[in-house]
Amino acid sequence: MSVHVSTLQARITGESTASSPLSTEEYFVNMGPQHPSTHGVLRLVLRLDGETVREVVPVLGYIHRGIEKMGEHGNYRQFVHLVDRMDYLSALANNWAVTMVVEKAAKMETNDRIQAIRTLVCELQRIQSHQLWWGVFGMDLGGFTPFFYGLRDREQICDIFEKTIGARLTMNYIQPGGVMFDIHPDFVKDVKAFLTYFKSKMPEYDALMTENVIIQERLRGIGKLSAERAIALGATGPVLRASGVAHDLRKSEPYGLYSQVDFDVPVGTVGDCWDRYWVRMEEMRQSVRIVEQLIDNIPEGKTFLVKPAAKIKVPAGVHYSHVETARGVLGVLLVSNGKDAPYRIHCRTPNFNNLWCIGEMATGGRIGDLVAMLSSIDIVVPDIDR
Amino acid sequence: MSWPVKTIAERTGDLLPGSPWTAALYVLLTILAVTAFMTVTGLVLIYAERKIAAHFQCRLGPMRVGWHGVLQTIADALKLLLKEDIVPRDADALLHILAPVLSFAGMLLVMIALPMSPSLQVADMNIGVLYVTAVSGLGVLGILLGGWSSNNKWSLLGAMRAGAQIISYEVSATLALLVVVLFSGTLQLSGIVQSQEAGWWIWRAHGCGIVAFAIFLIAGTAEINRTPFDLAEGESELTAGFHTEYSGLRFSFFFLSEFLNMFVLAAMTSTLFLGGWMPLHIGHFTVFNGVMDIIPPGLWFTFKTTGMIFLIMWFRWTFPRLRVDQLMRLEWKILLPIGFVNLFVSAACVVTGCYFFAR
Repeated sequence: MSVHVSTLQARITGESTASSPLSTEEYFVNMGPQHPSTHGVLRLVLRLDGETVREVVPVLGYIHRGIEKMGEHGNYRQFVHLVDRMDYLSALANNWAVTMVVEKAAKMETNDRIQAIRTLVCELQRIQSHQLWWGVFGMDLGGFTPFFYGLRDREQICDIFEKTIGARLTMNYIQPGGVMFDIHPDFVKDVKAFLTYFKSKMPEYDALMTENVIIQERLRGIGKLSAERAIALGATGPVLRASGVAHDLRKSEPYGLYSQVDFDVPVGTVGDCWDRYWVRMEEMRQSVRIVEQLIDNIPEGKTFLVKPAAKIKVPAGVHYSHVETARGVLGVLLVSNGKDAPYRIHCRTPNFNNLWCIGEMATGGRIGDLVAMLSSIDIVVPDIDR
Repeated sequence: MSWPVKTIAERTGDLLPGSPWTAALYVLLTILAVTAFMTVTGLVLIYAERKIAAHFQCRLGPMRVGWHGVLQTIADALKLLLKEDIVPRDADALLHILAPVLSFAGMLLVMIALPMSPSLQVADMNIGVLYVTAVSGLGVLGILLGGWSSNNKWSLLGAMRAGAQIISYEVSATLALLVVVLFSGTLQLSGIVQSQEAGWWIWRAHGCGIVAFAIFLIAGTAEINRTPFDLAEGESELTAGFHTEYSGLRFSFFFLSEFLNMFVLAAMTSTLFLGGWMPLHIGHFTVFNGVMDIIPPGLWFTFKTTGMIFLIMWFRWTFPRLRVDQLMRLEWKILLPIGFVNLFVSAACVVTGCYFFAR
């Protein structure tokens, strides 16, 4: 296997491949770091031939905060709240990833109540994340209204979180050894009310977007990613599943209470934008199923089995654990030298790998397609840069 | 009941032999009135768009400035007036300044031919339809120049999209318009309105009317660059398209002409297909027609135009945007053939004298 390395400069000033009788020229455009469709400060360098995209090169680093390095200077409980700021739409799943690796390494015990609460809030957050994605997807395709519908329903979940956790975005809730607080007395009632509400709103989502002929035209056959290439590029989550690979850590390596609940893993067939859209829509329904099964069966118990030490000591060695966030596999690699702070901590974030699929997908498409593809990957930029 | 048409131009002509000064004053007042009308219409449309969009999207829209935010648009217009006027360093300054004016002029010139009521029409040309088609093409010049002179690649992309789109869709819009010209037998806009006394062309012209109406509405929406055809702006793709580099007053000119273009499209659609200022008449139902005649023609025009504007806004807040190649396919492979067939069928109808509610 050979690796071809070229500089950005060489790529954007490379020789023209346009073969037209008219003398045309390829040109390059910076899409971002400030662009409405890059969802933050992602920069894409586009090589364009008129409207046709010849090459896309993502340029990173505009929101690099050195979260991994900061982690080396604090203890493990402090690192949990740093990861909230990576993928801010899956803050709870991020918390859980760190918690899981610390619990596994330090051999901390939990009970079923803790696991049930964790599973519940993570599934609620998956729904919330997909709702926001759905709205933003609509907006990127040029329809403004889905954005408000998505946010309207997302508010309800945020309110539920606010009652129990006190925060709406950066939760810092799942801690090594348990969860920060017990659930609010209204939690079960609120979640049930939300489920009833949301199930009545799903047809609205379909009427506005799924069944719209323009949406179908815009998405079908666009941005195809084969299963082989998706695996080779390290894509995970809905992007990988849309390409037809039924890989979901909740099924393949169940954690929490996922082994006790019944749910399906939706997979796509051809891996185009439509498949990615459909997989996420179906995942929302599956998450509703999971929450429905768990909400009435939260076992009794404590939320911390033992009061955790402020500074948890992790045995020396290399520890790894991963969870399925709304965007894919978040893996946390922890190198400990036996002290109360990690020697080195690395996060394998789903968005970083998923983003590179854009180069594969977008070549030959139009600018409008590029926006649809970028949105169908569902990137969260702070998670890419960390 | 007959509807004598007397345009403002004709009344000025009547005054002229007696006293040229009175006529001059009359012209001046007319210009002021047209300007005021356009400004107020623009403000009302922008406010309506924001409120309608808000209610489609489960929110309230502007609520703070004035009662239910009625003064919000005025506040925004004042803000735009006070903003710094920027011409990018490498832009072609003359064209950059000229572009919004051209865009506005195209719309303004169409405005004077619109028959709003028998007594409210600035000029009634005997080739009104031809004039409207010709002059509305000026708008694309402004957009093209604006995108070109900004010296920005996003602007240029937006301008090129707009150029291709507007010129293509003008073909279909004209074909749909010709159907009405065939049926009414006149190019004069007030004549087209008067030809609909027995019934509006949308249903009186067999199926052809409704097909032409649909084509005209689709092509018109594309010509004024509104969702689902807002590719020239395409804020999620091209940041702001052709007016990326515009700010302050010049941006507001583009913005205002965009909204007034919507008014022009709605007015033209209602004039051609929904009878314009003509009250709703059904064949020989004399009593019904008499009751309808009580409502003044100006109000009829307002109702119909408002309805069309609402429909266009409804499109915008429901549909996503098409892709650039799909847009071209829709025009050249779908709308244009249908338009041609429709034109031939309606020509056959006219030749054989096949009307509903024949006079």
